[in-house]
Amino acid sequence: MSFTSTSPNVLLRAWNNKETRSVIIQILAIALIMACFAYIIRNAVINLETIGKDINFDFLWQPASYDINQYLIEYNSRSSHFTAFIVGLINTLLIAVAGIVLATIAGFLLGVMRLSDNWLTQKIAYVYIEFVRNVPVLLWILLVHGLIIHSLPRPKDSYQLANTFFLNNRGLHSPTPDFQPWFWGVVGLLTASIVFAWWFKRYANRVQQQTGNIYPVFWINCAVIVIIPSLAYWLLGSPIEWKIPSLQGFNFKGGMVVRPEFIALWLALSMYTAAFIGEIVRAGIMAVNHGQTEAAYALGLNSTRTLKLVVIPQALRVIVPPLTSQYLNLTKNSSLAIAIGYMDIVATIGGISLNQTGREMECMLIVLLTYLTFSLLISSVMNWYNNHIKLVDR
Amino acid sequence: MSNKLYVPGTHPDLPPPSNTVGVINWLKSNLFSSPTNTFVTLVCLLFLTQLLPPMFNWLFIDAAYSGNSRQECVAQGSGACWAFISERLNLFVYGFYPIEERWRVNLAFCLLLVTLAAVLWDRIPARKYFLAYACIFPFIATWLLIGGLGLTEVPTSDFGGLMLTLVIGVTGISFSLPLGVLLALGRQSELPIIRVFCISFIEFMRGVPLITLLFVASNMLSYFLPPGTNFDLLLRVLIMVTLFASAYMAEVIRGGLQAIPKGQIEAADSLGLKYWSTMRLIILPQALKISIPGIVNTFIGLYKDTTLVIIIGLMDPLGIGRASLADPAWLGLSIEVYIFVAIFFFLCCFSMSRYSLYLEDKLVTEHKH
Repeated sequence: MSFTSTSPNVLLRAWNNKETRSVIIQILAIALIMACFAYIIRNAVINLETIGKDINFDFLWQPASYDINQYLIEYNSRSSHFTAFIVGLINTLLIAVAGIVLATIAGFLLGVMRLSDNWLTQKIAYVYIEFVRNVPVLLWILLVHGLIIHSLPRPKDSYQLANTFFLNNRGLHSPTPDFQPWFWGVVGLLTASIVFAWWFKRYANRVQQQTGNIYPVFWINCAVIVIIPSLAYWLLGSPIEWKIPSLQGFNFKGGMVVRPEFIALWLALSMYTAAFIGEIVRAGIMAVNHGQTEAAYALGLNSTRTLKLVVIPQALRVIVPPLTSQYLNLTKNSSLAIAIGYMDIVATIGGISLNQTGREMECMLIVLLTYLTFSLLISSVMNWYNNHIKLVDR
Repeated sequence: MSNKLYVPGTHPDLPPPSNTVGVINWLKSNLFSSPTNTFVTLVCLLFLTQLLPPMFNWLFIDAAYSGNSRQECVAQGSGACWAFISERLNLFVYGFYPIEERWRVNLAFCLLLVTLAAVLWDRIPARKYFLAYACIFPFIATWLLIGGLGLTEVPTSDFGGLMLTLVIGVTGISFSLPLGVLLALGRQSELPIIRVFCISFIEFMRGVPLITLLFVASNMLSYFLPPGTNFDLLLRVLIMVTLFASAYMAEVIRGGLQAIPKGQIEAADSLGLKYWSTMRLIILPQALKISIPGIVNTFIGLYKDTTLVIIIGLMDPLGIGRASLADPAWLGLSIEVYIFVAIFFFLCCFSMSRYSLYLEDKLVTEHKH
């Protein structure tokens, strides 16, 4: 360190020493960041004072006085802004969960098709993936919505299935179940049979490890879970009554309706995300060395067990991290619902409530925090899962 | 069979086995190799024959290519009404940019093509000068589009159509890469405060949808600026889009940085290189090369995300389309508009992804497995 200590200037000497330099840089960075924040906050305070506003969440308890066309909890225009927020939140979660389920199924199908031996299937999947993922998702949402609105018939000429399901440009009308008391007995039996199936699987595993005997666990469990509750349902005299929708005047009454906005958003988000998931699945399966399959065959595993015990666990390790970020993307993309009038969280609290109360700061803060919570939750669950399945180096 | 003797290595190539050539054999091995495969092929064929002919008819055969209103289109055929697109094409391309000034947009676009050629194609003669030109291109383009200094000023609220998409896309792409590199380096930094700051920025940006950020930019930004400042909406959007994309870019580049063995940094240290020289000369060239697919994917994502600006009232092609559909003469043509815009985006994004494949191939310096 002789050449630094001989330098005449104290500051230069401090700068040339690695430790002091890092301290100086960090102090400068903190000062800069704090200054920026202070400046922004000062501006905000002055600006809010000039127009006589404050930051205050009391508006959440005032009546929202607007209608939401899809609500899963009790809501009417006299409900509070907070209820509107919860309704929007539930709608966002609903579209996210439904979208994730459909996108995963379609995506895995696409990924497998892409790797198929069949030239035609492979090319269909390729064209689909390339076309879908190179066009903005907003465009897909609008396009699917447009197709549904323009090409489905009016309620009078609905497509129908067995006079119970009706599809028209107002949505999909389907019967609503009306649960009789005995129905909960069936639910109890179903739970009991699932618990039994879980216990039986563990028991079969133990037997297999001790004796090598393999029970047909999958088939027995399927039988238990399907047959016992259905039998009970039949014996208890079908304790669900269905309210069937019927055409009255210009629209359907009774039953429930899945609105076209929901269908459009659901289909568009799923088909868009499925294209990405397809590529992820393909990459994951291709990442498993063919030698692994051959080794499994050499050990005498049949092809189902090879797939289940050797290929899929290894492929999942590659698939899961990018898959998570696709799930997150889908959830975030569901905010585009506002373009077609599906009332999600951005459209309720971040849209109409914001415009009615003029409380931009509070509303946007709620929306941003909600999305941040989603992402942090999903990514921490996924990190846990990743740690759970990752390769253990010995 | 002649028993001619050959010196080892001089035997002429034999023709391929007869059961591997020809159309029939190709069909047999690729489409009908097993009963399952045959079944799948037939299902696919059925699907395609049900889907493609009606689509083709609607798009081309029954379509109307000229006319002045929807009624005229309907009279010509039951298919798509492209007359609307051709009638409004100028609006789709230039938005509300003043007609007599549109040469400036065209000129800027041509200059952009030259810049792209210089940046993307490394065998262009005298590339050094072209690259220097590419560095000053943004200023020239800004001057051309906005005006001032001898040109008539055009307010950015007149920007629209494909031109707006290109402005947002190109600006976002060119600024998000350097910013993303800085954020990624900051996230890997040894200085805890810089690291924490970068991590929180990246996680925040990645945790919220772009549309909420755009709302913040359009509704709330004026609260955080000194009283009386009037900040151009397009500029706010550009800043938000760039920041948003740079967070994703940072994560992609971080992946590349993590893939570089620690020995590279240690080697650079032992050669006496300072931090920035190590990064510039040793680490980043390798890390960026690995992350090319991810970087291009982020570019494509950014480019597609430019459509979201319609939600805060900017007029990109989608916005123009939706606005002109309100014209009573053309009611109900949304599908045509969406397909037209979709094709535009497909062409742009697909060529970007093809270019990234080409670049990956070109930059491979190791042996391929």
